[in-house]
Amino acid sequence: MLDTLIQGLLLGGLYALFALGLSLMFGVMRLTNIAHGDFIVLAGFAGVLVAGALGGQAWPAALLVIPIAFGLGWLLQRHLLNRTYGRDPLPSLVVTFGLSIVVQNALLEFLSADPRSLPTGGLSTASFALGQTQVGVLPLAIFCVALGCTAALQWLFARTAVGRAFRAVSDDRSIAELMGLDSMRVYALATAVAFALIALAGVLQAMRTTVAPTDGPQLLIYAFEAVIIGGMGSFWGTLIGALVLGVVQQIGFRFDPGWGIWFGHLVFLAMLVVRPQGLFPKTR
Amino acid sequence: MAAAPNLQERPAPAAVIATHGLTASYGDAQALFGIDFQLGENEVVAIIGANGAGKSTFLKCLTGLVPARRESIELHGERIGGLAPNAIVKRGVAMVPEGRRLFPSLSVEENLLMGAFARRPGPWSLERLYALFPILKEKRHHPGTALSGGQQQMVAIGRALMSNPQVLLCDELSLGLAPIVIKEIYDALPAIVAEGMSVVVVEQDVAVAQRVSSRVYCFQEGRVSLVGPSDALSREQISLAYFGV
Repeated sequence: MLDTLIQGLLLGGLYALFALGLSLMFGVMRLTNIAHGDFIVLAGFAGVLVAGALGGQAWPAALLVIPIAFGLGWLLQRHLLNRTYGRDPLPSLVVTFGLSIVVQNALLEFLSADPRSLPTGGLSTASFALGQTQVGVLPLAIFCVALGCTAALQWLFARTAVGRAFRAVSDDRSIAELMGLDSMRVYALATAVAFALIALAGVLQAMRTTVAPTDGPQLLIYAFEAVIIGGMGSFWGTLIGALVLGVVQQIGFRFDPGWGIWFGHLVFLAMLVVRPQGLFPKTR
Repeated sequence: MAAAPNLQERPAPAAVIATHGLTASYGDAQALFGIDFQLGENEVVAIIGANGAGKSTFLKCLTGLVPARRESIELHGERIGGLAPNAIVKRGVAMVPEGRRLFPSLSVEENLLMGAFARRPGPWSLERLYALFPILKEKRHHPGTALSGGQQQMVAIGRALMSNPQVLLCDELSLGLAPIVIKEIYDALPAIVAEGMSVVVVEQDVAVAQRVSSRVYCFQEGRVSLVGPSDALSREQISLAYFGV
């Protein structure tokens, strides 16, 4: 049982990285990015390609992909997604759905459907013993990165001028503009940060397992479930939601290899029925 | 309709804000039908009128929240009609919005700091605001919306002052407040004006409007129905201009 719990928490750490970017974009802009999972996959592939070009090293590739993703996210929001902003949620859903199709098919076209992974030189198989359990070094590292990112995002939002701007603009955009904010640039910055997190999640996923062009929608669902279970508006809530999802899935895997994901969906459904605002919603 | 009676005996001081034939619409519904307005240096001008007369719309045009033709609004002679709100606040026009509109996710102090985003040079700072409204210092870490109506109004005013504007637009400061609180709020106005600020006060309470201002405009159905010195207008004149009956 302890083994299941630990493995579940470590898995949840990765899900948290998937979910934080989604939580950020929805929190600041009420924008649901249907292509979220596909961009994670894209980042994973970018990591694989860059690592290949650099002679096989995973970590420099990871460090390169993240700032590129930051810039890509900024440009994407500024020049495309900002145009979908408005009271109607449909344009942003349609546009990001289109992006999802474009990204998946571009990857299929240029890279084939084979799953790829980032070689980590043994790190992905290294583990140490914790009592009766074997704890993987890479999953533990991912868990720590997820904790760090959650804390960093929380700090950014609560203690910095940028975070204040994010909160103000999501509370009341026209009054925020009355204070001198350029909401379009604030949104661009928010998406840039979200994409940096997406890139981090993508390269770590590629290190931990594999990425394939059609993986995107599944990753989006994990991220989405984590955000909903945890409650919207709080990054610690998103982390908790991701950990819950990871543990529940792991419990399901113990019963039957085919049941893991399904248990996650069941808990997600139960949460929607029993407590739709999630475990730790931020009241507005 | 006859031209608005202009009862000014002396010419208005040099205009900080001037509007010429300002029109505004919300979609197909026209709200303003050609407003001529002047705000002088260091003046306090009041705008009164019934609900729907176009007072708030007028302020929204001045701050860029509602589009207007470029040449219809001038700030120190510069044409600012239709500019984005963040461009206008950088030029020194700040608004205290109707209904306060504080940011619920931000504390009192953070709401005030948001006002300083435009960062113009000037005398107003957190310390000065806390000196003007001491209760805010006490509650500065509370969420903005956890305060009483009067205290929220102080935060909204402070937030506007933090950008060190040259023009302060106040939209219905007395909305939903008890008379004693309204008095407390408006008692702070002289300290604000003493720094050289020019102020427009939109009010439904005519007595308050006359008391705090030197000139009054009356709006009726999107037009100026009366303009004159606050102390020289009689109740009959105002009634006529207010209700149009």
